Amino acid sequence: MSTQLKTAVTNQDHIQGKNNAPIKLVEYGDYQCSYCGEAYSVIKAVQQTLGNDLELVFRNFPLSEVHPDAENAAKAAEAAALQNKFWEMHDMLYENQQQLDEENLISFAKKIGLDVNQFKSDMQSSAVSDKVESDFESGARSGVNGTPSFFVNGEKYDGNWQDEEDFTQYLKSQLQ
Amino acid sequence: MLATGTQAPDFELNSTPDQKLKLSDLLGKKVILAFYPADWSPVCSDEMALFNETLKLFSKHNAQLLGISVDSKWSHLAFSQNRKFHFPLLSDFEPKGEVAKRYGVYDEKEGEAQRALFVLDEKGMIAWDYLSPTGINPGADGILDALEKLDKH
Repeated sequence: MSTQLKTAVTNQDHIQGKNNAPIKLVEYGDYQCSYCGEAYSVIKAVQQTLGNDLELVFRNFPLSEVHPDAENAAKAAEAAALQNKFWEMHDMLYENQQQLDEENLISFAKKIGLDVNQFKSDMQSSAVSDKVESDFESGARSGVNGTPSFFVNGEKYDGNWQDEEDFTQYLKSQLQ
Repeated sequence: MLATGTQAPDFELNSTPDQKLKLSDLLGKKVILAFYPADWSPVCSDEMALFNETLKLFSKHNAQLLGISVDSKWSHLAFSQNRKFHFPLLSDFEPKGEVAKRYGVYDEKEGEAQRALFVLDEKGMIAWDYLSPTGINPGADGILDALEKLDKH
């Protein structure tokens, strides 16, 4: 029912694109959700088109009972973030959505060049699980009712995102 | 629909095939009543799946979530096991929809409960209510705001 993002974007967030770009897109996503996988490719294309006009923020919203590997995957991305490789892991997870068990997460960590022992211990840390939890809570408080959920410049976007052109058109309309 | 500030009518419904749950047994806790149209339908599953994940946030406020629909106790059992729900689904089955009717959230045409939310305080008083369009998952934010407001009192 809420239409507003309740927790503003801060430097605790994972941000891709030009800082303070005119269009701020916040996604609440779950790495094991197939719609989020679809959204991943759409967003890549939208980023290409909008370039410096778009800032993308990703926050975790794992539905752990429906998607048993989602929470661990979210932790993997947060653990990678501690080695400044959040987006590398984020992309790896979405490109391998069918293989998110622990063994695979560790092999992803190797592939993107993380210190694997550090990664393993960070995965278990409370800092990482607190981050995932606080993302989830901020989403619930903002009216996230499924994944992916998008907020455009702080307003919940309930329109079509599956069609790349429609979505880009909508985002562009924010520039005026 | 019963308004905020009224006492929530008591009821006793099956929560499992061999157990009943009485609303007044939960006095002393906050209660979230989530009426929904039907087990298995896509939007409901999303709504109940979401609430299943936000249980940890509800419990911080000493609140118990109850899902209610006109489905039978056996349908509820299968639905709940299939979706791994950790809260009771109550069966407003016989007489059909009686509790939904008492709360003013029964859809006579469809023969189902409407998608409605009530938050009750520790004394069973309705502190917040919300009727969602049937096709839209209302999210958990309204409930969380209402619980937080109650805790500030």
